[in-house]
Amino acid sequence: MNERIQEKLSILADAAKYDTSCSSSGGKRKNENKGLGNAEGMGICHSYTEDGRCVSLLKILLTNHCIFDCAYCVSRRSNDVKRAAFTVDEVVDLTINFYRRNYIEGLFLSSGIFSSPDYTMERLVRIAKKLRTEHKFNGYIHLKTIPGASEELIQEAGLYADRLSVNIELPSELALTTLAPEKNYQEILTPMGQIRDGIIQNKEEKALFKKVPAFATAGQSTQLIVGASAETDLQIIKLTDSLYQGYGLKRVYYSGYIPVTDDARLPQVTQPPLIREHRLYQTDWLMRFYGFQADEILDPAHPHLDLEIDPKLAWALRNRHVFPVDVNTAEYEMILRIPGVGARSAKRIVAARRFARLNLETLRQLGVVLKRAKYFLTCQGEHQPVIGELSEQQVRRQILFGSGAVRSALVTQQLDLFAQAS
Amino acid sequence: MLPLKPIRRPTSVLASAAPRRPGAPALTAPPRDYTYDGTFEGLLTVLFTIYDWRAAPSSIQPEASAQVGLFAQPAHRETDEALAARVWDGLLKSMDSEARTRLYHVFLSEDADRELLIFRYVNLALRSAQDVAENYANADVRRVQRLAQQMFREKHRMEAFVRFEKTQDELFHATIEPDMDVLPLIAVHFTKRYADQRWLIYDRRRHYGLYYDLTRTDVVQFEAAAGRKTTDVSATVFDEREPLFKLLWQVYFDHVNIPERKNLKLHRRHMPLRYWKYLSEKQPREVRFEPIQNKQPVVGKEVSAGQKALE
Ligand code: SF4
Repeated sequence: MNERIQEKLSILADAAKYDTSCSSSGGKRKNENKGLGNAEGMGICHSYTEDGRCVSLLKILLTNHCIFDCAYCVSRRSNDVKRAAFTVDEVVDLTINFYRRNYIEGLFLSSGIFSSPDYTMERLVRIAKKLRTEHKFNGYIHLKTIPGASEELIQEAGLYADRLSVNIELPSELALTTLAPEKNYQEILTPMGQIRDGIIQNKEEKALFKKVPAFATAGQSTQLIVGASAETDLQIIKLTDSLYQGYGLKRVYYSGYIPVTDDARLPQVTQPPLIREHRLYQTDWLMRFYGFQADEILDPAHPHLDLEIDPKLAWALRNRHVFPVDVNTAEYEMILRIPGVGARSAKRIVAARRFARLNLETLRQLGVVLKRAKYFLTCQGEHQPVIGELSEQQVRRQILFGSGAVRSALVTQQLDLFAQAS
Repeated sequence: MLPLKPIRRPTSVLASAAPRRPGAPALTAPPRDYTYDGTFEGLLTVLFTIYDWRAAPSSIQPEASAQVGLFAQPAHRETDEALAARVWDGLLKSMDSEARTRLYHVFLSEDADRELLIFRYVNLALRSAQDVAENYANADVRRVQRLAQQMFREKHRMEAFVRFEKTQDELFHATIEPDMDVLPLIAVHFTKRYADQRWLIYDRRRHYGLYYDLTRTDVVQFEAAAGRKTTDVSATVFDEREPLFKLLWQVYFDHVNIPERKNLKLHRRHMPLRYWKYLSEKQPREVRFEPIQNKQPVVGKEVSAGQKALE
């Protein structure tokens, strides 16, 4: 019996791990019933994998049996893989016992589709319900909705789960029809809209009546696979933007495509596009926390993110005319846009300048990365960068290759001038 | 049951909205060396004394480890709870309760210079018309922020890295050895979260623990019985399913790893080596880890042929 559980866990954790959306933040569940656990605010990373990812939830599939045949997926029907399925009680028992030992913040449950979408979804809902009602479990629960599941089941899922997600997987309809022919965009967007409406309606009802059951209070999220199809970064961040704006999503996750199956429709890659994935997350971050608009970062003339430098620096290099920014007088929003100044240093700059004028030394102490920032800021005349006089390439080279490269480049230039003058 | 003996900890006092009072007596008397009993209340009593005697401290040290110059006359103040409470309340006149809490965190950080740092910060706050908390240009303010931040990080780590083991009498037990004295800070989190199980978290380095008995959480000390180490719970009998869940957790940990992305440097930055000792997922495996081969291409490619050859 124990060995069987071990085997199931290894198969079903292994199959779930390529889904990168594993955050447990944004929960609002308190432990008010003297039950087990709470899910308030920031989730905790209880461990880290050897690739440095946060382990916060027990992330498993209920089963990796599937009637569908999506090209990018390990669990697809035509793949000859080991299959397994948990029972409802096994998942409940694992979750409770991991949670009690402080291994996890909660459960992230997803599944391949056995028999039918509703049959599968009904089991996912039953697990969440059992945890909440029989075990008074207040830890975090994230359920992935099964494409094609009925409206009633999604509604019920929202009562027990803190977060619901519908994975878009492929960033365009064209890619979806080629790589996942049994799915369609409508089937993905409809539940997304439904969850959004459920959350909004729940908020309105909460305002009117005190005792309204919560509905997916940590919101919904989705995941996009990057690099399995040909979309540009511009297309991807436009899609992200519309998901944040139009569907009120809490998070969009990007997962660099890792070759998991052998399929002629997929690109032959050996390395997952990790840097691209990282740049997309940075861009996502800039849009959510730094006040950047999607089209400020990329436009049809520049449809791809620069892999060499981060998107904020890239923006600054293209917009050299707004620099240098004076840290002693500029608005907070502008200070946030200086490369090398993070949100925390920006806040500290605005606070500290009420006490004393800032200079380069104090900036360094506030955590500003001067190596980058010095090209883009001034401190009331004390430091005058020459950003206006340098070309994009020059600043870029200096930041990337350090001041040694700078000096030699400048020296050569001056020698040239000297030669011309004489 | 274990012999319990509560330890005094400062009780948090609700913030009173008192008007700000500028100025504090000038410290005109010659500086002195102060010693105290090593408790936070003791330090607060010393702070009171400094202004009472108008003598700035040239050092403030716990009595037990005090080292003073040959001719110095250390002034020892007995801890006075009433005075300590007065000082603690009074601090709110020159700082908000967040800043005041930070000073308590600095104290728990066990930094070598913590007492004088707290004094300098308080002194700066008393003499400044503005709230000094954000005066990052001042080195002491930055240091206080830094230590409080480190403390916060250590608290967060302990909330993450505690691993309970269930004993036969249904106690969930964990041992930790944090860098700083974090137990007082993590009590609230664990009490809220594990309301329906008895638990004990023991700080092996500082020889005391937190114990929750289903109604309240207390600070407990294990009285060292003569010649026997009672702090060691390894002799405890575990619940029969305890080894199973430890094993399953290891299995889970091994299988969520993505080898293509291996990045041990990042791994160690998030989970520094010194914490591994008590992390069950970082203990040697009893059963060897066997990766699931599902990821490999299935149709006759060289890779799978090679794999076959290896098997
Ligand atoms: S439906 Fe989901 S589990 Fe099934 S093949 Fe497609 S992606 Fe994989």
